[in-house]
Amino acid sequence: MTNTTDNQPQIDAIWNALQTVTDPEIPVISVVELGIIQDAYLDDGDATVEMCPTFAGCPALDVMRDNIRHAVRAAGFDSVNVKVVYDPPWTTDRITDDGRRKLKEFGLAPPTQCGGSPVTEALIKETACPFCDSKDTNLESIFGPTLCRAIHYCNSCQQSFEQFKPV
Amino acid sequence: MSDLYNASNLPADLKPAVIDLLYRLADDSILIGHRNSEWTGIGPILEEDIAFSSMAQDKMGHAAAYYTLLHELGEDDPDTLAFMRDAPDFRCCQLVALSNIAPDAPSDAADICNNPTRDRLMAHGDWAISFVRQFLFVQADVIRNTALESSRFDPLASLCRKIRGELRYHTMHAESTLRHFANGTDESRNRIKKAFVYLWPYALGLFEPTAHDQALADAGICPTQADLQSQWREHIDPMLADAGLTIDESVQPKFGGRTGKHEQALSDALADMQKVYRLEPTATW
Repeated sequence: MTNTTDNQPQIDAIWNALQTVTDPEIPVISVVELGIIQDAYLDDGDATVEMCPTFAGCPALDVMRDNIRHAVRAAGFDSVNVKVVYDPPWTTDRITDDGRRKLKEFGLAPPTQCGGSPVTEALIKETACPFCDSKDTNLESIFGPTLCRAIHYCNSCQQSFEQFKPV
Repeated sequence: MSDLYNASNLPADLKPAVIDLLYRLADDSILIGHRNSEWTGIGPILEEDIAFSSMAQDKMGHAAAYYTLLHELGEDDPDTLAFMRDAPDFRCCQLVALSNIAPDAPSDAADICNNPTRDRLMAHGDWAISFVRQFLFVQADVIRNTALESSRFDPLASLCRKIRGELRYHTMHAESTLRHFANGTDESRNRIKKAFVYLWPYALGLFEPTAHDQALADAGICPTQADLQSQWREHIDPMLADAGLTIDESVQPKFGGRTGKHEQALSDALADMQKVYRLEPTATW
C-alpha cells in the first residue's frame, strides 16, 4: 500500500469512478452507497479496490466486480485489481444515508439498523411502507425474489412491498 | 496477528487437516444447496418455494467461498472441485445427499416434463423430509459456523463471520416453520415425526469423527465433532421436545460420508448437478 498525500488526487479519482458503479439488481444505488467498498488505494501503481461481498451467493457480485474494473480503468488506470475481502463482514448497517434514501425512492424499504445485534423476526417486522410510510405492515416472507429482499404487506395502502432485509 | 494462520503460514502438518475440514464444509453446503434447489418451481406453497430456493442459493454461495479457500491452499479451481469430482471424492455427510423422496415411495412417475428426476419428485416428493432435514442441518451448520468464527485459520474465521448474518435467516425459517407444523394438524405432526425418525441416524452422521479432529482442536482451528455434537444437542433437544419429536438414543449414526463412503443418493444427486458442466467443461459462462 502506497497511500500518501501525493497520490490523493488519484485515489479521489478511483472513488469518483466507484460512485458510477451501481448494483445491477438495484440500479439506483452505487457500490459506495451500498457500503461494499472497504478501501481504495494504489498498490505499486495499480489501482486496488477492496470489496466486501453482500451475500456470498449473490450473482450480482461478479457483475459488480467486472463493472468496478471497467469504471476504474475508464478513469485512467491501466491496471486495476479488485480484491474480495470478508473482514470486516459487510452488514446492511454499512449502507449510507444517501443509499437508504435511494432504496426507498426505488420502492424498497431500507433495512432496519441493527447495530451489530443479531437480526430477529421482530426487528424485520418493524418496517415502514416505502410508499405511504405507514407502520401498519405485515411481514409476509423473510425470503424474497433476490437474496437480499424480504416481502411485506402494507395494511394502510394495501400494497405488497419489498424490503432490503437487515443482515 | 502472529497467532493466526492463513494460506501462506499454515504449518505443513496441519494443512491436510484444514483441507479435509474445508472439503467437509464445502461439500455439505453444495449438496444441501442442490437438494433444496430441486424444489425450485414446484415447492408445496409459494413462500416455501422461495425460501428453499433462497437458502439453496445461499448455500451454493457458501460452497463457492469454501472451494475458493481450498483453491488458495493449492487444490483445483472451484468449478473443477464442484463439478468434476466423483462421489468417493466427496466428504459431505450422507444426510445432505439424501433424496427428497421417501425410500419407500413407488418408483413410477408419469411423464410430465420430459425429465424423469423432476417427474418423480413432482409425483412422490416428500417435502416433510426436506424440511426436517433442513431444520436438523441448519442448526448444526450454525453451531459449526459460530465455533469457526474464532478459528485460528483466519480466512475461514473471516468467512464464517460474514456468513453468520445469512444463516440467521435460515434458523428463523427453520424454527418458525417447525412450530407451525407442531401446532398444525395430526397430518403435519405425523409427517414431521415420520421424517424425523427416518433422518435422525443420518443427522447424527453430520458429526462423524474424523482422523483430523484432535489435531484441529489442539491447533484452535475447529472443535472436535463430539464437542460440536453436544452443543447441537443442547440447542435442538428442547425445540424437538416442544415439537413432540422424541429422540431414540439407541439409534446408530450413519457414518461413512466423511471418508467418502456414500449411498446411491449422492451419485444420483451428482449425476444431475454435474451433468451440464460435464457436457463441455471448457465452456465459459
